[in-house]
Amino acid sequence: MPVALRRAQIAFCCLAMIFLIGPTIVIIPISFSSANFLSYPLPGFSLQWYEKILQPQPWMSALLNSLLIGVGATLVSTVLGTLAALGMSRGRLPARSMILAVVISPMIVPVVISGVGMYFFFAKLGLVASFLGLVLAHAVLAVPFVLITVTATLKNFDINLVRAAASLGASPFHAFRTVTLPLIAPGVISGALFAFVFSFDEVVVALFISGPGQRTLPRQMFDGLRDNIDPSILAMSTLLVIISIVLMGGGALAQKRAATNRSTANV
Amino acid sequence: MARAMTSAVFTGPRIGAVDGQQGRVSALATGFRADRRRQTIGSLFLIGPLVAFIVFAFVLPLGTMLFHAINNPEVRNAFPMTLASLEDWDGTGTPPDAAFDALAADIRASADPKTMAEAGRRLNYEITGFRSLLAKTVRTVRAAPEKSARIQLLAIDGNWDNPAYWRVIQRNGAPLTAFYLLSAVDLRPGENGGVQMAPREERLFLSTLMRTLTISALVTVICLFVAYPIANAIVAIGGRFSAIMLACVLLPFWTSLLVRTSAWIVILQKEGVVNRLLQALNITNAPLELVFNRTGLYIAMVHILLPFMVLPLVSVMKGISPSYVKASASLGAGPVTTFLRVYLPLTLPGVGAGCLLTFIISAGYYVTPTLVGGASDQMLSYFVAFYANTTINWGMSAALGVLLLTCILALYGIVGRIVGIGRIVGME
Repeated sequence: MPVALRRAQIAFCCLAMIFLIGPTIVIIPISFSSANFLSYPLPGFSLQWYEKILQPQPWMSALLNSLLIGVGATLVSTVLGTLAALGMSRGRLPARSMILAVVISPMIVPVVISGVGMYFFFAKLGLVASFLGLVLAHAVLAVPFVLITVTATLKNFDINLVRAAASLGASPFHAFRTVTLPLIAPGVISGALFAFVFSFDEVVVALFISGPGQRTLPRQMFDGLRDNIDPSILAMSTLLVIISIVLMGGGALAQKRAATNRSTANV
Repeated sequence: MARAMTSAVFTGPRIGAVDGQQGRVSALATGFRADRRRQTIGSLFLIGPLVAFIVFAFVLPLGTMLFHAINNPEVRNAFPMTLASLEDWDGTGTPPDAAFDALAADIRASADPKTMAEAGRRLNYEITGFRSLLAKTVRTVRAAPEKSARIQLLAIDGNWDNPAYWRVIQRNGAPLTAFYLLSAVDLRPGENGGVQMAPREERLFLSTLMRTLTISALVTVICLFVAYPIANAIVAIGGRFSAIMLACVLLPFWTSLLVRTSAWIVILQKEGVVNRLLQALNITNAPLELVFNRTGLYIAMVHILLPFMVLPLVSVMKGISPSYVKASASLGAGPVTTFLRVYLPLTLPGVGAGCLLTFIISAGYYVTPTLVGGASDQMLSYFVAFYANTTINWGMSAALGVLLLTCILALYGIVGRIVGIGRIVGME
């Protein structure tokens, strides 16, 4: 590639970087503002908005709800998704493409449509405005992410290791626990991470089926953005950005471990 | 599997001893088949719980929603006797006295006030004003029923003499209706069984569909043109630059959608950073309207969807050997020819996957358009939610959902046939 063109490309990328992460960075100082308007210049420094979001109502209870629902949805989707990924990777499955279409369909259908459907259906079962309803809804929408991540890890998994365990007398469950699971653990962990992040950030289904008792963090932010936006939303955003950086680091670490496992398994 | 295989090998010779070689082979084959069967059963056993869960928590809700698009219970529940008396009516002229009597009887017989209210709401979708007509009639008839229902009803409102009102009741005696689905594409059931365009001022959804598709297409194109050089830089330049660039793409991916949306609202507002900067640089004098309109929507949506375009491109570009480009150059092709005839065609699967993903997510987007767009920028998903939550018109909400879903599945079908669904979702 000509040098001039490459330089232009690098310049373009630098602008793109500003576009991508600039907005997130710009809002952080405003969360420390002593005024309640959302623009620069800041009149002074204050931690009042952080004090406000540390109050139990509404922010901390919303955070707690989100954590509870996120953990529940992650558990359900990780267990079911991992089992299914193991089943799908064993080959020779009748109607494989149809099963694949069914299990990834929650990812394809727009969330608004899923949300409305769940609202109609869960209302009949009394699951609207309940923790269980939200956990199930988030789990079913997050499960394709787990399935895809674990399937990708299993592709590099040598099935002969399980055969070796079996030939040494291990029961299928024992072989899974001591051989398969430790090797695919990074994939399972990053799948679980995806599922948690999905649920933690999900707002559309929560708008439809959560009641006042299950007000999640994204829902609280959504209502705040629509009705009256003040710097406490930005303080919460700052905390969430820090959490997402930690999660991203965790995801990268899990992937790195997966790569190391792969190379040792190949040796 | 290993155990099954060894047992087949060990038992093989004993069973096949009479027939020799032939028997040994067939025993081995039987063992293999049994083993395969066992493995298939094992697989289904592992997948079963997930499939059952998805059917319960996803397929049934989706089915319920689709059913609401054609479900038509209101009039049937409210007017069983009226519908029976209208069975032989040909739809012209005033209906027989029996129909008026039956209507009054239905009103007196209905125990639950909700039944009549729902029927009124349903009939109002077809003839504006039917709800208040029915409410008025119900009140009067319940208070003081008269001997001749016809005289009483006509005294309440002359519209009961209009056969069009009765035809709507008669038509909606059917348990299923195409009314909502037709309305979703701005059509109405015609008087003689055909269909006709909705009145001009009520045509709303075809233009919303076009707007949804236009916004999604433009967002996809912008994303492609921004993402292509970025993806190429991530793959081609390498080193620390690529790592930082990739992190910049991934961080928004992991950051809460609402954080990013609120950031854009703050930055693009009248007093926001962008407007301040533009004024400081003397590019504009007065602040520009950048948010709560189409401009803000495009900016925020491109920001949110860009990673979905960059990542498939990166994964495809990583698989392209640099020697193809070198070979092309060594054969005398200029950079433009090399790009257009060698590099670009090799990246097309990534372009297809990225565009599909971006377009589909964008077409179904709800949060960002609702918060960042103006009243005239709302897409189909907004109306799906609006009819479900605000006006409680579940049929219309479901029908618009069907419209949106149809568009998206059609796209999946087309692109899936070209690129393969497994590749789009990253499973193959």
